[in-house]
Amino acid sequence: MPILATQFLADLTRVAQLLGAGAHVLNACADRYHFTVGLAASLVSGKLSLLPSTHTPEVIRQLTAFAPDVICLTDEVDCDIDLPRVPFPGAAAAGSASPAPVPAIDTAQLAACVFTSGSTGTPVPHRKSWGRLIACVREEANRLGLSGSTCAIVATVPPQHMYGFESSVLLALGCGHALCAERPFYPADIAAVLCAVPRPRILVSTPIHLRALLESGTALPPADLIVSSTAPLTPQLAAEVEQRFNTRLLEIYGSTETGQISARRPTHTPEWRLWPGVTLSVRDGETWAQGGHIEQPTRLCDVLEMTGEETFLLHGRVADLVNIAGKRSSLAYLNQQLNCIPGVLDGAFFHFDDSRASHAGVARVAACVVAPQLDAARVVQELRRRIDPAFLPRPLLLVARLPRTSTGKLPQEALRSLAAAHLQSGGIA
Amino acid sequence: MSEKVSPLRQPTAPASAAALVHEVAGLIVAALNLDLAPADIDADAPLYGEGLGLDSIDILEIALVVSKQYGVQLRADSEENERIFGSLRRLADYITAHRTK
Repeated sequence: MPILATQFLADLTRVAQLLGAGAHVLNACADRYHFTVGLAASLVSGKLSLLPSTHTPEVIRQLTAFAPDVICLTDEVDCDIDLPRVPFPGAAAAGSASPAPVPAIDTAQLAACVFTSGSTGTPVPHRKSWGRLIACVREEANRLGLSGSTCAIVATVPPQHMYGFESSVLLALGCGHALCAERPFYPADIAAVLCAVPRPRILVSTPIHLRALLESGTALPPADLIVSSTAPLTPQLAAEVEQRFNTRLLEIYGSTETGQISARRPTHTPEWRLWPGVTLSVRDGETWAQGGHIEQPTRLCDVLEMTGEETFLLHGRVADLVNIAGKRSSLAYLNQQLNCIPGVLDGAFFHFDDSRASHAGVARVAACVVAPQLDAARVVQELRRRIDPAFLPRPLLLVARLPRTSTGKLPQEALRSLAAAHLQSGGIA
Repeated sequence: MSEKVSPLRQPTAPASAAALVHEVAGLIVAALNLDLAPADIDADAPLYGEGLGLDSIDILEIALVVSKQYGVQLRADSEENERIFGSLRRLADYITAHRTK
């Protein structure tokens, strides 16, 4: 059932009245429409929406330290987030919506705050102004070829994740498109939800969902555009997506800090083209992005090669970065959390790209831990409270000591060798 | 794949429930490259979160394997869905009830 703008305006007015006096809102709504209402209600009441990438107890504790007045807007009955909760209200009586004006939001107003994991264990906030967020997705709409048409957006990614936030919620709000409230997960659900919305329609997704969709044998309804981000698609998968949906596939590249900055059509070119005004520069082997909608010069956590003024190739992640299904962390942060666990004497995460640590193209991380008083299950249980499940080590190996060099350094290669030997012997290394 | 799936086709002769539990455990271990033997998965422990500790990426992978092997397309809006991943045994029960191959 379609929701009209008048209903949306009435809903955001109702929700704005529930948000209380504090200046910060953790918008945890799973339903994309509820999330969007919550975002708009926060905007009109001058509150900052906080969008951490995960809601583990440790992250919530850090969020409270960052913004003591934060409340949690939720539409989950069994929400267990340990914050003052504001339940998303039930639907208003049909026809009760009185015409409300469309609010005007100052472009300089801070609209959202996203977080990256710092190396010290404290998340680093990145505040986004409304004007820059909208400028970014208007360029996205240009690149995707959506200008001048009204599309229905179906997304498999959460609205709280920067990519989903931009490519579903903001694209709809800022460029006059419609968004679908559901977040379909299983291939059959994605196909059904896509089928249920009018054309032209867009599927905003990830390599993981697209691969599952193609391999599941589900009949695929026609779509007018497929958008993918979080990790590059393999050329084979990109070609198959275009063939099976009989449409264009465009990939987006960006980061939590910068938002989206470039796009490409992978079946036509490996080169990414930057948004106008955004420039990249290399300093001391690090790539920095600035200009355009980017709030401040930002170091990118990927290895890039410039091929022209506005084009580049992507060569992979910086060694410390961990990116699993679009969730990003760093080895330094994960190590810090691991070594905070009582009973852990020493421990380190590492990239372990053998078959045990990866499936479905998802490369997991592994960890070696020295904790004579604990078993592996206990360490994992403690980690679960602190870090997103995507980063839980596979495997976690209990070892007698870590292969530190005489200067205390811990080469990733030494950890991989230790783990390989450990797994082969099946015992304590 | 899909062309082999037909609602008219009779399911293969039902093996015992325990055999299917073991078979599904084997599929999960193989699909996810888990560092344990199929028999090590507690048939009554949660697959998601605590218990076996799988996350949503794994659940999608299991859904894919189940659709290929048994012709069961999992749906989030089906009423039983909350319980399907409640344990290996419940997943196997669901497959028994809905398999098309």
